[in-house]
Amino acid sequence: MMTTDVESPPRAEAPSDPAGTPVDRPRLEHDLRAARSVFSGGFTVLCALLSLIAAFPLFGVLYMLIERGAARLSWSTLVELPPSAIQTEGGGFGNALAGTVFMVLIAGLIAVPAGVFAAVFLAEFGKDRPLAAAIRFGAKVLTGMPSIIAGIFGYALVVLTTGSFSAYAGGVALSILMLPIVTLTAEQAIRAVPAKMKEAAVGMGATPTQVVWRVTLPTAMPSILTGVMLAVARAAGETAPLLFTAQFTYFALRVDRLENAPSLAVLIYEFSGSPYEHQIALAWSASLVLVLLVLVFNLGGQLLARRNELARTR
Amino acid sequence: MSPPHVTSLPRPPTAGEKAVDVTFRHGTFAVGLGVLGLLALIVVEIGGVAAPALREQGLQFLHGETWDANQQVYGIRPQIWGTLYSSTIALVVGGVLGIAVALFISQGFLPRKLELLLKTVIELLAAIPSVVYGLWGIFFVLPALRPVTEAIHDAFGDFALFSPRSAGPNLLGGSLVLAIMILPTVTAVSRDAFAAVPGKVREAAFGLGATRWECIFGVVLPTASSGVFGALVLAFGRALGETMALAMLLGNRNEFSWSLFAPSNTLASLIANTFPEATGTERNALMCAAIVLLLITLAVNVLGTLILARTNRRLRGLA
Repeated sequence: MMTTDVESPPRAEAPSDPAGTPVDRPRLEHDLRAARSVFSGGFTVLCALLSLIAAFPLFGVLYMLIERGAARLSWSTLVELPPSAIQTEGGGFGNALAGTVFMVLIAGLIAVPAGVFAAVFLAEFGKDRPLAAAIRFGAKVLTGMPSIIAGIFGYALVVLTTGSFSAYAGGVALSILMLPIVTLTAEQAIRAVPAKMKEAAVGMGATPTQVVWRVTLPTAMPSILTGVMLAVARAAGETAPLLFTAQFTYFALRVDRLENAPSLAVLIYEFSGSPYEHQIALAWSASLVLVLLVLVFNLGGQLLARRNELARTR
Repeated sequence: MSPPHVTSLPRPPTAGEKAVDVTFRHGTFAVGLGVLGLLALIVVEIGGVAAPALREQGLQFLHGETWDANQQVYGIRPQIWGTLYSSTIALVVGGVLGIAVALFISQGFLPRKLELLLKTVIELLAAIPSVVYGLWGIFFVLPALRPVTEAIHDAFGDFALFSPRSAGPNLLGGSLVLAIMILPTVTAVSRDAFAAVPGKVREAAFGLGATRWECIFGVVLPTASSGVFGALVLAFGRALGETMALAMLLGNRNEFSWSLFAPSNTLASLIANTFPEATGTERNALMCAAIVLLLITLAVNVLGTLILARTNRRLRGLA
């Protein structure tokens, strides 16, 4: 890249031809004292300063998470049940961790097949039809929908129907958040499969369905997985949808009955308002675990995506 | 009997395979349609529960100022105000900082590798759950802000903007945390817009003798402007729908106020804070609030998506 605000060499006199008339040549350097150079340098400093101001809180969050969260983290906090208000030590968030994993699993079981099938339609069969454009648009709108709306929808659809809060209702609410992410990323993944591979299969007499199952989906699988991991990362951190569908419990997760189910996110919310030091400390530890969980999936997805990009360009 | 390898020779699909093909294609069509159906179902389902309350409260619901379950009077004007007020503050603060960061990591100020690393870090920060930002807000931002707000109040307390001497949760703290939460979105999307500006357009500016910032203000920002605008609109949409952090930081007070230091409430945090204990008509009224929130965010998001789609088309023409 060309940088223009570095120090320029001393300015040479304009060369003249033998007759003595000066030749008009463009000046290729800036005067550092000129208003425009000062302006440029000033904005560079301002921009760096604003970036620093932005970085401070973002890294402050991470620092505080590690400092406060790691203090109480141990194996027993990962497996034990949450402490009640009168307990002053011990306890953990084992049930919430299990609840989060279970509900995200349910959500994935619903959202991943549905999202991939919808993506197959968008990328292979629908393509540029107006309906496909409408579905794509709908998915984009769904990604921007407030997560609390998904919670209320889950409440109206599942909780009111079954008559009880449950881990399953939580899973349904989370699946609504995962579905558009899976659909949109999987569509991109399927579109990136080279057309000649598909054409070769068609030339062998394969039906479009066989092409999708034997060629397109296996080739696109790593990129689809990236989208799934990003969706899981999003769903695992959501609180608002679970507040209306799973609520919270101090007891162990029960998957055999419909009753309140615990989750890390709701535990953090509940304990953040607690007057007891002990529960607040646990909320920090739970936050650290939740953030690690989310970051691992997010980073995994991004690394997978980068490796695919390299493999494709090679 | 044919040898086994014959099955791998090219051959037309059998009738069975054709039937499977047609079924599968229609299946994916149905699932794709389901995505649209889901969107419609969300509106219908929530609308169905909300309808009785809406019929009972009428237009008073939108401009009423009291939320009282005992008298069954529900008005959401303070919450609509709080939602727009907090999101606007967050958008101004987060937008300025976010665009500055996006420029800083895309315009050659840093080595290319560092730029990519920072881009990844910022995308990761966007994934931190909002409840964690809320926790951080309670134990860091609110205490840290207190001396500042008290000093400002003591100096300019007559101003309506700074009127109550804040103790605990307040609008400013919540809005600042919200700004930090939307910052990664602003940065990631506008960085992409800056990166999509064709290199030759920038090089042409440098070739004409432009300084770095003349190039940014004269070429990069105008070319990427609708992308940046789209980023801001999407971030605004996120801020409007943000629930947990604000439910934890705003103080959940259902009263209209101009003040930055007064506790406040938003539509989303009203729903989050009230819903678990609500029964009967209050629940229906909360559903109405959800519909209003849904309509506001849908409008903002549709606008943002359309703007970004237009940018992509335009830039494709340039490249």
